Amino acid sequence: MSDTAHKTAHQTDVIIVGAGPVGLFAVFELGLLGLKAHLVDILDRVGGQCAELYPEKPIYDIPGIPVCTGQELTDKLMEQVAPFDPQFHLAEMAEALEKLDNGNWRMTTDAGTVLEAPVLVIAAGGGSFVPKKPHLDNLEAYEGESVFYAVRQMERFRDKNVLVAGGGDSALDWFIALQPIARKIALAHHRDGFRAAPHSVEAMRAIVAEGKGELHIAKMTGLEGPSPALTGVRLESKEAGEYVHECDTLLPFYGLTMKLGPVAEFGINLEQNLIPVDTEKFETDVPGIFAIGDINTYPGKLKLILSGFHEAALMSQAAFRLARPGERLRFQYTTSSSELQKKLGVR
Amino acid sequence: MKILVTDGHGVEHEVEATDGWTVMEMIRDAGLPIKAECGGSCVCATCHVIVDAEWFPKLPEKTEEEVDMLDLALEVHDTSRLSCQIEFDPELDGLKVTLAPDAIM
Repeated sequence: MSDTAHKTAHQTDVIIVGAGPVGLFAVFELGLLGLKAHLVDILDRVGGQCAELYPEKPIYDIPGIPVCTGQELTDKLMEQVAPFDPQFHLAEMAEALEKLDNGNWRMTTDAGTVLEAPVLVIAAGGGSFVPKKPHLDNLEAYEGESVFYAVRQMERFRDKNVLVAGGGDSALDWFIALQPIARKIALAHHRDGFRAAPHSVEAMRAIVAEGKGELHIAKMTGLEGPSPALTGVRLESKEAGEYVHECDTLLPFYGLTMKLGPVAEFGINLEQNLIPVDTEKFETDVPGIFAIGDINTYPGKLKLILSGFHEAALMSQAAFRLARPGERLRFQYTTSSSELQKKLGVR
Repeated sequence: MKILVTDGHGVEHEVEATDGWTVMEMIRDAGLPIKAECGGSCVCATCHVIVDAEWFPKLPEKTEEEVDMLDLALEVHDTSRLSCQIEFDPELDGLKVTLAPDAIM
């Protein structure tokens, strides 16, 4: 890629793919050993599933924390790793990996960020969060031209005839935000009930009541028009049966699902979309690449955050030996070591 | 006790049922390829099943949370449910469900 050729690579000790709780705690364990980390995550914020799926749901099985929400755990971990100054590359997908002649890994993201380090840690949980796509024939042929799963620039939709599909916050927020910009706007949802925040539902209903936007209580059943140019979406409602709603742009918002993504192309052995590791170092079959948290598998594996924390600690010991060959690893406790306390900024 | 689960290829599997377990847990425990990404927290809709029409009325009502989350399921049927929200009891012995396409790994 010509783009990446111009960018200088960030040199670091460890590249971590995934900024969920386990990736974050790995920063801490690596940091105690003096290792620096860069993290890449496809989401635009840290916390992984904890922040994306259950920010407000309670977690009761973190040792020493009787109850906290996914977001609270994320916030606490960020506070805990702050002394180690981790570098985040958010809303970027780890795309390509190569081994350099000097033995280091070079990771390139889809945004062109280049990272180089002797150690790579995959802490990608269930994989990359990607938009759920409605099951409509030939949908892919319209993507990027008439069908979008995210709004990056609102201006792109100026004077368009937009159909937004879904009943959650993303669907309603974009219906409301794009209404003044779009030539026409409509919302399609299969029932007259909305998961979105009540004030968004109110704002949406006001737009509909004023005749500035349409609401279709209907299911999408198909796309019309010579792809990639959309001319309409077939809708089906209980009252009206099947009909075509004319539009040139479709924005479906059905949440996110997890896919392993490019990690599958990194040359690491996989078993049913999981990465087998040993239980001494949590290293994959490729020396220098580790996998921790929900994405790994080994005999007896439990997909628990606390298992990921343990794996992060053991992985860090092995990472130190790779990143600091010839140096002695001094095992110390944070309670008693003035050196560690200096690193933590508490002394 | 058992439930009958039809997979993405139309093959019906007899799955051992346990009182108090959720239907998602039994399907997962049987090794069928159900995504169930959030692990049963009712926040992802990837354990979507279509319940046999005769069995559907025998299930406890959906909570508002489940109704909301079903919005994220694709191709929702009149008898769609999230299997992590159906707790098994002996009266459901023989329950028939089909894995929805968006729930299959």
